[in-house]
Amino acid sequence: MGCGLCQVYCKTQHSVSKDILKAFKKESPRPVSRIRVERKAEICFSLRCRHCDEPWCVYSCLTGAMHRDVATGMVVVDRNKCMGCWTCIVACPNGALTRDLDNKIVAKCDLCPGLEVPACVANCPNDALVLVEEDKEDVPEFAGSSVRM
Amino acid sequence: MKNNERLETTYLIIGSSAGGIGAAESIREMDKSGRIVITSDEPYPAYSRPLISEYLAGERIVEEMLFRPADFYEQHGIELLLGKKVKSLDLGRKVVEMDSGERITWEKLLLATGGKPIVPDIKGLNQKGVFTFLTLGDAKAIADYIGSVSRAVVIGGGLIGISVTEALMKLGVAVNVVEMKDRVLNTILDDEASLMTEQNLKRKGVGIITGHTVSEIMGESSMEGVILDNGERVPCELVVMAIGVLPRTELARNTGIKVNRGIVVDRHMATSCPDVYACGDVAEAYDFIYGINRITPIWPNAYIGGMVAGRNMAGIEADYAGGTAMNSLNYFGMDITTAGIVAPQDSSVYEVISRRREDGVYQKVILGDGLVKGMVFIGDIEKSGMIFGLMRGMVKVDGFKHELLADDFGLAYFPAELRRERLGVVPSKAATKS
Ligand SMILES: Cc1cc2nc3c(=O)[nH]c(=O)nc-3n(C[C@H](O)[C@H](O)[C@H](O)COP(=O)(O)OP(=O)(O)OC[C@H]3O[C@@H](n4cnc5c(N)ncnc54)[C@H](O)[C@@H]3O)c2cc1C
Repeated sequence: MGCGLCQVYCKTQHSVSKDILKAFKKESPRPVSRIRVERKAEICFSLRCRHCDEPWCVYSCLTGAMHRDVATGMVVVDRNKCMGCWTCIVACPNGALTRDLDNKIVAKCDLCPGLEVPACVANCPNDALVLVEEDKEDVPEFAGSSVRM
Repeated sequence: MKNNERLETTYLIIGSSAGGIGAAESIREMDKSGRIVITSDEPYPAYSRPLISEYLAGERIVEEMLFRPADFYEQHGIELLLGKKVKSLDLGRKVVEMDSGERITWEKLLLATGGKPIVPDIKGLNQKGVFTFLTLGDAKAIADYIGSVSRAVVIGGGLIGISVTEALMKLGVAVNVVEMKDRVLNTILDDEASLMTEQNLKRKGVGIITGHTVSEIMGESSMEGVILDNGERVPCELVVMAIGVLPRTELARNTGIKVNRGIVVDRHMATSCPDVYACGDVAEAYDFIYGINRITPIWPNAYIGGMVAGRNMAGIEADYAGGTAMNSLNYFGMDITTAGIVAPQDSSVYEVISRRREDGVYQKVILGDGLVKGMVFIGDIEKSGMIFGLMRGMVKVDGFKHELLADDFGLAYFPAELRRERLGVVPSKAATKS
């Protein structure tokens, strides 16, 4: 339904305080949501990094910061190595990566380490967001979007 | 390895940078045990070449520039020969000879030798204080020399010239950039974006001299400055030559390997000679925008080309989908992304959609045959990935071309089938693991 709560909870989860108000109003550097919500007439979905099988962002990274974590299979960014050139942003055909301008580092979905279920999924009032595991990706069309592991 | 000793390997990769690493990684994925040797005439393991600017500025040390973790080569069972230059190839015997006299035999060979700086014949070029800016060694040499330097001239206003200019400015050196053409970054930007960049550079205190070249570097015992082609003198104590880069094809010359401007490769990244591959800045590979083989000297293309070469070297057929010039820069605090044809000449073939906002945002998409053929984004660049994805996917955009630069542009405007595929809601998974 395009409420955008996933973005709110994403940003909060990626803040230092983990408190909505502080995350939105006080923190510096400003926390960044790693989700984009698109709404166009009846089309509406929430979008984030899909940890692709063919990660163009990884292939295109100039420093080796963007890589696939061998243990989890997730596409992750090494914050110390990222130079904030945004080549990965151009490489991602879904526009799923975001500039964290305060830190000059790319921000992306990390599936909320430490949480059993990512904040966006846990807080979706419509149950539109579902977490799917690799190779089980038959997400029904009505689901707003899959959060891919 | 001693002189005249012979090393035998299955895979030999010359050049340990984006292309060489891309190949080594994909070979190792396919072939767990075949011997892989990489030689590099640089003394460091693979590092991020674009980061030499941050190194020079004193913002990063070498350990923070490494493209892969320190134990990468060991972990993957890759033997790295550092500071070893390959002198010649013998394709018949499948052996290379090193500068030091050693020989290495191979079954599959990859030339990932990159580029070398163009250094024109200018009077006074051989004096102290003249540098190029392509390697970590170059950056170190400048850093060692810079002590008393307060003014520099950078010859060439391309990406490398702007990159070294930023580092020098951070070090408190006043820089004049001399660009022969009438605008900076002229190969990757259109007029308007070049102008915006130039204005930004000037605001940050960089001197820009366009439409001129340097005809002489002055100085007897120490450098005094440069003389431009109009006779004007620009004082400086340091010169950086950043006119351009040429494919480093010397090994391939006179071997029978087809060399045009770069080493010509097919969609498998194979050269005209069996078992010899090439990728990266040295290669002339397929450009999907122009539909021909071209030199597209950027890091991602080197890495991806290397991956494709590696697979084929390991006997797993893979095709290079093609690359094109694509860059994302943010020198002097300005985010710029660009790809493909940015300044089309023929308006009967190309259609341009662009917009400019008061807040310094400039966005432009170039269309031809219903496809996106090029783009330039300044400021707000976050959606340029979706545009580049449409370019790379050669997606017909006629139906939504006027929305490409809309504020709410996104996957919602994509053809439904493509959107579902991208969102992962197709019944059958489109992306297949290869
Ligand atoms: C300052 C700077 C900024 C840049 N910024 C960007 C950017 O923002 N985005 C981008 O996409 N690209 C950028 N590039 C370009 C990018 O670095 C190159 O496209 C990329 O490095 C090409 O990789 P490669 O593997 O083909 O070759 P290279 O990186 O050139 O490596 C080739 C290696 O082979 C070695 N070698 C060559 N011949 C021999 C021999 N005979 N024996 C042994 N070793 C040999 C060389 O010494 C070198 O180490 C930049 C380059 C520079 C210099």
